[in-house]
Amino acid sequence: MADEHTINQTPETGAETLLSVQNLTVSADGKTILHDVDLAVGAGETHVIMGPNGAGKSTLGHVVMGDAAYDVEDGAVVFDGIDVTDLSPDKRSRAGLFLSFQAPVEIPGVPVSSFLRAAAAGREGVGDLKGKQFRKHVRELAGELDMDPAYLDRELGVGFSGGEKKKLEMLQLLLLRPKLAILDETDSGLDVDALGVVSRGIDAYRRTADGALVIITHNTRILEHLDVDRVHVMVRGRMVAEGDASLVARIDEHGFEQFEQAAPDAAPDERAEAAPVAAAC
Amino acid sequence: MEKKRTQVDDIDRSLYDFADDEAGAERLDAGLTPGIVREISAKKDEPDWMLDFRLQALDTYLHMAAPDWGPALDGLDMDHIVTYVKPNTEQQSDWESLPDDVKNTFDRLGIPQAERAYLAGVGAQYDSELVYHNMQDTAAKQGIVYSGIEEALHDPQWEPLIRSKFMTLIPPTDHKFAALHGAVWSGGSFVYVPAGVKLDFPLQSYFRLNAKGAGQFEHTLIIVEDDADLHFIEGCSAPKYNVANLHAGAVELFVGKNARLRYSTIENWSKNMYNLNTKRARVDEGGAVEWVSGSFGSHVGYLYPMSILAGRKSTCTFTGITFAGAGQNLDTGCKVVLAAPDTSAAVETKSISKGGGISTFRSSVVATEAAHGSAASVSCQSLMLDNASRSDTIPAMDIRCKNVDIGHEATIGRISDDTVFYLMSRGVSEEEARTMVVNGFAEPVSKELPLEYAVEMNNLIKLEMEGAIG
Repeated sequence: MADEHTINQTPETGAETLLSVQNLTVSADGKTILHDVDLAVGAGETHVIMGPNGAGKSTLGHVVMGDAAYDVEDGAVVFDGIDVTDLSPDKRSRAGLFLSFQAPVEIPGVPVSSFLRAAAAGREGVGDLKGKQFRKHVRELAGELDMDPAYLDRELGVGFSGGEKKKLEMLQLLLLRPKLAILDETDSGLDVDALGVVSRGIDAYRRTADGALVIITHNTRILEHLDVDRVHVMVRGRMVAEGDASLVARIDEHGFEQFEQAAPDAAPDERAEAAPVAAAC
Repeated sequence: MEKKRTQVDDIDRSLYDFADDEAGAERLDAGLTPGIVREISAKKDEPDWMLDFRLQALDTYLHMAAPDWGPALDGLDMDHIVTYVKPNTEQQSDWESLPDDVKNTFDRLGIPQAERAYLAGVGAQYDSELVYHNMQDTAAKQGIVYSGIEEALHDPQWEPLIRSKFMTLIPPTDHKFAALHGAVWSGGSFVYVPAGVKLDFPLQSYFRLNAKGAGQFEHTLIIVEDDADLHFIEGCSAPKYNVANLHAGAVELFVGKNARLRYSTIENWSKNMYNLNTKRARVDEGGAVEWVSGSFGSHVGYLYPMSILAGRKSTCTFTGITFAGAGQNLDTGCKVVLAAPDTSAAVETKSISKGGGISTFRSSVVATEAAHGSAASVSCQSLMLDNASRSDTIPAMDIRCKNVDIGHEATIGRISDDTVFYLMSRGVSEEEARTMVVNGFAEPVSKELPLEYAVEMNNLIKLEMEGAIG
């Protein structure tokens, strides 16, 4: 399947394709929630996926990362030349994929530091750092994000504010240096200061890892300081528009309604069912 | 929505599951008769009162019914349990003097290393008798006594004290297996901490049951006098056999005024073991008993350490975890008696069940008429790792006093798919992810243990979690 689907260059920018989502149709609990979705991201590129609530943006991010809550009915996800459609999330992570969660989990009793250690174990650059060096490295990254190092000794996510959780996601991004990071509504619910920290984290990631970015958002503010290569618009589980950065300004001005027409009308029952499932992600 | 089926394989227990042959060991006939009891007593050359005590306990045992409210005991046939197996050595105070097989056993369990690293004293029992007892000079100079209880019973200085305390907290009439213990008890440790003495390092007794089809009935008696402080650690394990083994030990703890005793246990009996153990503490005014308890092994377990808060402002804490895997039915919990004004008890337990294992948390809080101003809080959190397992919480409260504050809360949960996905998305395997969550769940217990034991407990959890992902 990989050979059949692999595209060597993204059609728009000419960069070597890193992530290629091909004709992806996905269901959850027996309901189809992504319809024939295509997405091609070149190495080092920055893409933005926008769309109204419930469009399936987060679902797409989760499916690319391998969330078992969704069933891939058709199509493929090819990453870095490998068909990862049937790979478990840990293997996708080890291949260089990363998903920043909209709502990171809380795990009582697991210190952030041990979690980071397990995530970094065996990875080039950070996996072989000795305990002390590793802690120093993590503290430096925390410093870049204005994150109080005291959080590193706390239980994962427990008692963290929304902003602190997002900082921890950015910290993991900088620590793991993936080839491609999907940031799922990383900017949602943040105040201006926290937003600045996230922007700085993204900059640091671009600078140090030269990685590709897929930013899922319905808010254009985070994009102001970013060099966006491509913008994709999703409505009701379908890709309905794609363009360069100028599309952001168009959405800013006119909202998503202009694209509603482009999404083929879903069957009435499907429309009613699809929205809440996707919104829950 | 379950995508992955969880299946349970036999875990690798090679760390604990090795048996020595019984060369040179001396075992009495199986079964329970006055003749057997007399023979045990004669071997120990005990005072006459103890033989009388044993015979009376046997009589109680023979006339008492087995408990009918807990896990089934059908697989336990007392006619086939050997109640006394003397190891092929006398008690030693240096490891080198032990026979190779016994010494190697404790080496593999890491006991001599632990003693060198951080313990003030160690007792090691192998089947029915202590084979090793030693305490550092510094502790001895403080007047602390830590010896085999039988040895102390032969010492005129301690015999009257032992006689005045022995099986007073756990009378043989308490339940059938307390009666059994009274009849055939053998081995165990005696600790005496004089008033005002505080021991900085823990003492540890380790109980190893090697003999197939045998019972172990050690008696631990600890007296911590007023204003004194002690941490005592108890460990136990056994190789796995295809016949039932029985452990019916007894632990009696006496905590003086403003004294503190911490009693930590990591129980890791093999999965053919019936662990019918009884532990009780009596705490005087201002004193504190702190139980830390990890139950991992056994086929069937009944274990409810009891704290009798007898003096004003005395306190107890109980921090426990029980892990019931395939083929295990562990009925654990604790009992608290608030028997004086202004006492307080805090119970926090965790239970994990997996692979069809059954974990039942049973608690009893009694507030007597004297308990004015007392408080007790009981919290039990259960984690079920699959649909085949079972977890129950059975709290009982008997409150005979008006101004007391008694609370109970229980939660039962699972590891959410979201949590596993999150961890896996960071490159952690599914098995490692689940183990991480379970270790986190157990963290409130492991943080109460000395580092080395916390590591052992995490390893036990890891062993239990291995092969859990199908």
